Amino acid sequence: MNKPLFQLKDVVKTVHPNGGQPLNILDHVSIDIYPGDFITILGSNGAGKSTFFNVIGGNLPITSGQLLLNGKDITKTSVEKRTQFLSRVFQDPKLGTAPRMTVAENLLLAEKRGEKRFLKPRHLRREMGKYKQITSQLHNHLSDRLDTPTGNLSGGQRQTLSFLMATIKRPEMLLLDEHTAALDPNTSSELMTLTNRTIKEQQLTCLMITHHLDDALKYGNRLLVLNQGQIEADVRGAEKQALTKQDLYHFFDPTN
Amino acid sequence: MSLIVSAIGQGLLWGVLGIGLFLTFRILDFPDMTVEGTFPMGAAIAAAMITHGYSPIVATLCAFVGGAIAGLITGLLYTKAKIPVLLSGILVMTAAYSVNLRIMGAANLSLLGKGNLLNAKIFQGLPNYFNSVFLGLIVITIVTVAVIYFLQTDLGQAFIATGDNENMAQSLGINTDTMKCLGVSVSNGVIALGGALVAQNNGYSDVNMGIGIIVVALASIIIGEVVFGNLTMNQRLVAVTLGSILYRFVLLIVLQLGFNANDLNLISSIILALCMSLPAFKDKFNLMHILKRGLDRNE
Repeated sequence: MNKPLFQLKDVVKTVHPNGGQPLNILDHVSIDIYPGDFITILGSNGAGKSTFFNVIGGNLPITSGQLLLNGKDITKTSVEKRTQFLSRVFQDPKLGTAPRMTVAENLLLAEKRGEKRFLKPRHLRREMGKYKQITSQLHNHLSDRLDTPTGNLSGGQRQTLSFLMATIKRPEMLLLDEHTAALDPNTSSELMTLTNRTIKEQQLTCLMITHHLDDALKYGNRLLVLNQGQIEADVRGAEKQALTKQDLYHFFDPTN
Repeated sequence: MSLIVSAIGQGLLWGVLGIGLFLTFRILDFPDMTVEGTFPMGAAIAAAMITHGYSPIVATLCAFVGGAIAGLITGLLYTKAKIPVLLSGILVMTAAYSVNLRIMGAANLSLLGKGNLLNAKIFQGLPNYFNSVFLGLIVITIVTVAVIYFLQTDLGQAFIATGDNENMAQSLGINTDTMKCLGVSVSNGVIALGGALVAQNNGYSDVNMGIGIIVVALASIIIGEVVFGNLTMNQRLVAVTLGSILYRFVLLIVLQLGFNANDLNLISSIILALCMSLPAFKDKFNLMHILKRGLDRNE
């Protein structure tokens, strides 16, 4: 097959809880992520899912191991530099948008993700048509509120905006951290549909943490189960399509 | 009449301070105590250079640079040395006190009889106090336009985003540490510029003239916000200057009531406390409702 886009090689992240034994919250994790992979990630609380994302994003320095992008070592690359290829959507709608800035201003910021910013006029008005079009993909009236500060939007609108911001400039890799978890079921499934469509259309490489077993089964070509800082299962292709909920329960509780 | 003109002139000159503090207090969303040191630093640099024969324009610009450097130190202590921002500011403010004494070589420095921006040729022939109004208008316009332009650039937007949601800013590749240092630095540069102007308007520079400055600058910001309500970012910057002028009028009234200049810090703090607690009381006593009813009956 083609060459991996992103690789974790024997990555260990050790934390020292107050007075406790050192704990490997990522325990010798190795994985190859290929271009076009849409990987859903399951794991109980404390399994290391968020650590996994924070290590990829550069928010957490790793204790040992190596991170490679297109074969190049980026272990020491800063968070800001990594945004050149990486974008993220967080679970909390508040984390992904700037509340006092308008929807359009947020989109403009996101469009320059990972680029150097200079003392150049921003030309917001020039982009309005494009933003109108992008935001009308969901029927939640976001497109009518381009000049509204995002702090005045509903959680669903904010999270939709966060997702649009993460994909407005095509990322080589997209990390979704339970991005629909804080939303009501209806909004959640709308956003999930948009997510799936965008990933297909733009042929994005995406990792998605979720607690919805149904979503984990329905979407993506690959499924990871994390447990105690290790990759317990890595199921792909036809094998993944054949997975059932029962199989997943088994991963979490082998006696089941 | 001349009192009112003088109040407007002072309001304009001190408005520069409000705009400087707006960059950190409102946009970056943290309290920067450095201003208590950089305001007299601006005054000290300007006064020392003018008495040594430099042109007032050069002296005023150097004041800006001096303040910006002090601000940068606060920024570095905060972002790189991870000292809490309040303490970083207090450290630099305290250090600045000694530096200011060194710059002036004495606790105060008179500018009497020296040329300064306020007795420049273009202002001669104007009635009393109008020179401060004109100089204030020129400087505040330049500063406001420059800040508004900056905020509309890509860099300025990244700066606003840093104060608004640091986490998001980082995830979009904005180096938030750099933005904070830039903000604190420019902010203190502008405040030192204000100090230089106020010293020239007063005719002297004093090492203690920074005490309570943060309250005065905050008062301009808060009065502007309370009086003018919901505004866009650009309008808010103009509101700061208007707030600063209003604040001078309030002080004028207070002085007319028989208080003396030594009471001003107490009065400034009370005014600021009242303005800042207004939103809380508004809900509690339904103030807006009562005000509205009172107005309705009049009509």
